[in-house]
Amino acid sequence: MSKTFTLDGKDVPFRDGQTIIEAALEAGHYIPHLCHHPDFKAHGSCKLCTVKVNGRQTASCTMQAAEGQVVESETEELNSERRALTQMLFVEGNHFCPSCEKSGDCQLQATAYHLNMMTAHYDHFFPNRPLDASHPDFLLDFNRCILCSLCVRASRDVDGKNVFALAGRGIKSHLIVNARSGKLADTDFSAADKAASVCPVGVILPKRRGFAVPIGERTFDKQPIDAYVDTRIARKEE
Amino acid sequence: MAAPELDHKTYLDPILARYGHAALHLMQILREAQEHFGWLHPDAIDYLTEQLHVPRTKIEGVASFYSFFYLQPRGRYRVLFSDNITDRMLGSKALMDRMCRNLWVEPGKMSEDGLVSVDFTSCTGMCDQGPALLVNNIAITRMTEQRVDEICDLIREQVPLAQWPAEFFRVEDNIRRKGLLLEDGFVPGSALQAAFAHGPEGMLDEVRASGLRGRGGAGFTTAIKWESCRNAPGEAHYVVCNADEGEPGTFKDRVLLNGYADKVFEGMTLCGYVIGARKGMLYLRGEYRYLRDHLEAVLARRRERRLLGANVLGQAGFDFDIEIHFGAGAYICGEESALIESLEGKRGTPRNRPPFPVTHGYLNQPTVVNNVETFAATCHIALKGGAWYAAIGTARSAGTKVMSISGDCARPGIYEYPFGVSVRQMLEDCGAANTQAVQVSGPSGVTVSRAEFDRVLAFEDIGTAGAFMVFDDSRDMFEVARNFVHFFAHESCGFCTPCRVGTSLLKNLMDKLHNGHGSPYDFQEIERLNALLLSMSHCGLGHTACNPVLDTIAKFRPAYEVRMLHQEFTPAFDLDWSLQAARQMTGRDDSGAHLHNEEEASR
Repeated sequence: MSKTFTLDGKDVPFRDGQTIIEAALEAGHYIPHLCHHPDFKAHGSCKLCTVKVNGRQTASCTMQAAEGQVVESETEELNSERRALTQMLFVEGNHFCPSCEKSGDCQLQATAYHLNMMTAHYDHFFPNRPLDASHPDFLLDFNRCILCSLCVRASRDVDGKNVFALAGRGIKSHLIVNARSGKLADTDFSAADKAASVCPVGVILPKRRGFAVPIGERTFDKQPIDAYVDTRIARKEE
Repeated sequence: MAAPELDHKTYLDPILARYGHAALHLMQILREAQEHFGWLHPDAIDYLTEQLHVPRTKIEGVASFYSFFYLQPRGRYRVLFSDNITDRMLGSKALMDRMCRNLWVEPGKMSEDGLVSVDFTSCTGMCDQGPALLVNNIAITRMTEQRVDEICDLIREQVPLAQWPAEFFRVEDNIRRKGLLLEDGFVPGSALQAAFAHGPEGMLDEVRASGLRGRGGAGFTTAIKWESCRNAPGEAHYVVCNADEGEPGTFKDRVLLNGYADKVFEGMTLCGYVIGARKGMLYLRGEYRYLRDHLEAVLARRRERRLLGANVLGQAGFDFDIEIHFGAGAYICGEESALIESLEGKRGTPRNRPPFPVTHGYLNQPTVVNNVETFAATCHIALKGGAWYAAIGTARSAGTKVMSISGDCARPGIYEYPFGVSVRQMLEDCGAANTQAVQVSGPSGVTVSRAEFDRVLAFEDIGTAGAFMVFDDSRDMFEVARNFVHFFAHESCGFCTPCRVGTSLLKNLMDKLHNGHGSPYDFQEIERLNALLLSMSHCGLGHTACNPVLDTIAKFRPAYEVRMLHQEFTPAFDLDWSLQAARQMTGRDDSGAHLHNEEEASR
């Protein structure tokens, strides 16, 4: 007999040591998330995966699953708060979807659609974040960074390189690369790195490859993000 | 011109040697490196990267997190005005403007010749003797126009800080009311002797019987913390004293550490005895750097008297010593798991909990983190017993509380009361008149209005970390709240979305009201943001960041209403204000360089 908790009234089996989101995604139940990735250690920063566990709100990516937990996720209250968090991520950076190569493949954009986000709601911060086009094969567009740290974790834990890190504090938090010049070209980053393909938004992009897949035929053009659950990442890398 | 690398090696080598070339001590290494060179030069970082075997990103990530580390030159004299509301009320803004004018510098920017920079910093804990500032991280109190001018002369003449008048650096204790903690006559070692007589379990029983709760604000029961830590398996156990007193308006730990350091260190040693630790660490906020020599001297004296070291007081097998670690300007490090991250030489980001520090703390080992005052109180429990202590104060709040009183009162300073004292009594004692409000426990605490002055300080009513800021009728409570909101936006660590973005959105909303663009719509926005911060934030900073606004809206609504010039909604965008940069570039400020509408003309 496997242990279970309930998610919006449905039984979800889990193994010891699994977090709520891991068990939920494995069982085919989508919980909105951006900084969570099944291949990496939990970070717990975007807070989109917040659920109510026995009436108390907590991030489902850092909360261990336990027998008999009553977990609520698809409620109007939680989704409206998730929508507000998504709006915050949009106004914090500079996200111009129509001109972004990642449009249609972007998890932030897809999550916004999923949550019925119609406007950015808040005033835009319009931060000044210069591009880094120094690398021969890759471009860094920091305007779109949502500080999920997936590239940081991929580079450190999989590639063994520490190409990326978070720096600064508060609203001045930002991504840096491991070079005195601050330029990607001066790091040991390569196209084969896990970090090169992990960005959920459009920060880390290969050069000279645009519109290889036309708009309308991209990942989230075909079906919404919740339909992919956690298999979407595997499919994308095929 | 970049300095040759050799220069950096010369001062970095002894620092690295002192810290065993361990990246664990990155914070302390960076602090000392900067004390030598004034800022963290890229060559110095190159050398540290190589010597500590860490990626450059690690060093830059840490250095850029803390306000007092500089990756760019900041001037040979770095002046930081304390920006608490109490400093503001004492005229700090005008004094800073005067200094900037005198020295011909813009706030936040280094002078062209690299001599000086002038900026604001969060509360430096000198609220009873402000306005205060830090020069090269050393505190200067009681600023006046005359003192500003004198400091400008000293800077222009490039007089070394060590030769500045000692009077500038005098920090008074200002103890106005003494209770059991602030009584004189504590004999170092006496509490330890008493604890040894009780035995570790007996001592824990006394702490349990005392009902002592943490003095840092949250009020967690001390005995439960100690017991959980004692019972947690681990290779080593650690005692950490949280002296990162960053809550604006709080300065009691400064006084406890200045006048009662023996009691604090002895409390830490007692804790080490109970939980089976060999090492204690005092995490002292960078703003209190001036206390270092004094505290090191107390530690040295305690080692001489065998109150620290191997076999403490001849107790076979009980080895314990204490190190001092300095913070570098980050309020969030007062949160215990962020503090531990910082002790480990990392960015001060609160950890995901559970697990809690009592089982997985410093180096993932069981760790007790307690406030300065909590440790001091345990000495009295060891000496006189838990039952005696429990009889002081109220039913659920045993003992006394040391309060830092500042703001509009005749006698600001330190007051120790048994729990259960009323706000009214405290106002009377400190000589406050025409008081309209008191902010208890700092920006994250509660705004108490006149109608509530019979409320009492106790965990049952108003829980407190020790700040008590008084505002008389002349003060604008909206501006008080706005100051606090700016504080939270500045101190948010940036880890989680709601707090990182939400505190800045809240700041912008308060500035919008300040600039005369407020409407009822903005009230709703503030309420929505509060709900979001409360339910989605990663730690207490985000949870409490809306407190001052919600409290002042509820209790001082007229202060907001005078700013609600608009019925429905008006955008924050201001066309005239947005031309500011253009005016500055062209050197114009005449009426032709402004856009006016009728409304503004009438204001």
